[in-house]
Amino acid sequence: MKKALLYSILILAAILCLLPFVWMISASLMANGHANVYPPRFLPDKVTFIQYKHLFSRLNVFRYFLNSVVVSVGVTIVSLFINSMAGYAFAKYRFAGEKSLFKLLLSFMIVPAQVTMLPLFLMLKYMGLINTYLAIIIPGMASVFGIFLIRQYLLAIPDSLIEAAKIDGANDFKIYFSLVLPLAKPILITLAIFTFMATWNDFLWPLIIMTNDSMYTLPVALANLMGEHNQDTELMMASSVVTIIPVVLVFLSLQKYYIKGIMLGGVKG
Amino acid sequence: MDKRSKISAAYLFLSPALLAIFIFFLIPVLAALVMSFTDFDIYSLGNLSYARFIGLQNYIEIFKDPLFWQSLKNTFYFVVVGGPLSIAVSLGAALFLSSRLVRFKGIFRLVYFMPVVTTLVAVSILWRFIYNPQFGILNYFLGFIGVHPIDWLGNPLWAMPAIILMAVWKNFGYNMIIFIAGLQNIPEDLYEAANLEGASEWNKFKSITLPMLAPTTLFVSIITMIGYFQLFAEPYVMTQGGPLNSTLSIVLYMYREGFMWWNMGYSAALAFILFIIILIISLIQLKMQRETNL
Repeated sequence: MKKALLYSILILAAILCLLPFVWMISASLMANGHANVYPPRFLPDKVTFIQYKHLFSRLNVFRYFLNSVVVSVGVTIVSLFINSMAGYAFAKYRFAGEKSLFKLLLSFMIVPAQVTMLPLFLMLKYMGLINTYLAIIIPGMASVFGIFLIRQYLLAIPDSLIEAAKIDGANDFKIYFSLVLPLAKPILITLAIFTFMATWNDFLWPLIIMTNDSMYTLPVALANLMGEHNQDTELMMASSVVTIIPVVLVFLSLQKYYIKGIMLGGVKG
Repeated sequence: MDKRSKISAAYLFLSPALLAIFIFFLIPVLAALVMSFTDFDIYSLGNLSYARFIGLQNYIEIFKDPLFWQSLKNTFYFVVVGGPLSIAVSLGAALFLSSRLVRFKGIFRLVYFMPVVTTLVAVSILWRFIYNPQFGILNYFLGFIGVHPIDWLGNPLWAMPAIILMAVWKNFGYNMIIFIAGLQNIPEDLYEAANLEGASEWNKFKSITLPMLAPTTLFVSIITMIGYFQLFAEPYVMTQGGPLNSTLSIVLYMYREGFMWWNMGYSAALAFILFIIILIISLIQLKMQRETNL
């Protein structure tokens, strides 16, 4: 009895989580106007890919897709190197002011990103970087959260491994590249997923910094498209599907790493 | 290897990150503070020397600005109602999923987590159609239980609740994972001892689960609150801050002032007020936590 109740609640919640997506995918496969009916249709009468064709042939969605891929992959690769080096230094080196420096960095996490955006916009404007990929990659190069995550992970790795490599005569950079990075692989994957998804899904900063249509990332293009096509339910649903498919695929294929990362980040509290 | 070269290696490893944080975070934060004391506007954008120091003028004007108070009220509405609601749903889901009776936990967890990973802008657009008063699926289902069609996003009374409902749906999975981790850390023997004394489920929840989860709950409340104060994409996409400014958030107002009207001094002051609010509330939460621990 208790079990049945538990399962019905869990299944109902699962339906509530998925139903909007089911409707979204289904509406994206309908012909113009077929989603604007009462009562609503949950399955298309006849499956058509006309909305997707329209997106890629007339609305230049491939370009936005490419922009999103470039900035998300760019931020992920660059920040992975920079954060892992810093995380390694905090985990395995002792130097003056180490603890207070780390605490200072952690305290930055409370500052909302919006505070930095106005001066950052001006800075990048004077550097001539508005409407370039670098305008998104540069501010994303280092993250306190990333440094924190890597440090926590590396703290658990025994110092003796590193000492042994040193006795064998390896220098600091060789140790970082050929010992620390391979050892840290699971957390690097976790951080890569976090960074990729956060950059892919980000909206406010790309909205500010990409003012030229051809440089829009998918979320910016989507919001812009909504202005002109707010009655074209089927088309908007197709563009939403295109936007979320990559993150959903990344998540589904690497979900274990992602979930672990949240738990590791949450332990801090 | 001697100690000196070891230390210089540490600084080499640190320098790219520290440099990036210094130039692209710390300097902008300080510059924003300076900016908030100037009348930086569209003319200053062309020529920096047009910006003048005006002391606290921006802050004084903000306190007299009805739109600021409106956006503050809306943002608090979202944080104070949406935050606890999200956390309660997350905790509920975590408790259900931690039950020994449940199998296929991985699948449920995955499904509940799906909304978290999806792009906020895409999901906001999706929910705009779900909330459509004529064709939307929400009104359709509510019709079965006799609820008359509601103009969710077009009615100033319903627009914010609609955004909150979507936010809960979108975000609860994240905190749920953190709560599951927190629940796993509670020693099993506490419950066994309570069982021996014949404690009810509710009593066990109240006197074991909740107190043991307190650090997790604090962490979750702080990150949720910080995130919710930054409400932006949902009203930008779903309501443009309307109807009648009922969903205008602080960040949306800041964005409009700064990047649509280029009143960047004013906008910087708005950003700092947001920062100070977040700071104060985080400190209060931390202090409350310390006091309850004593």
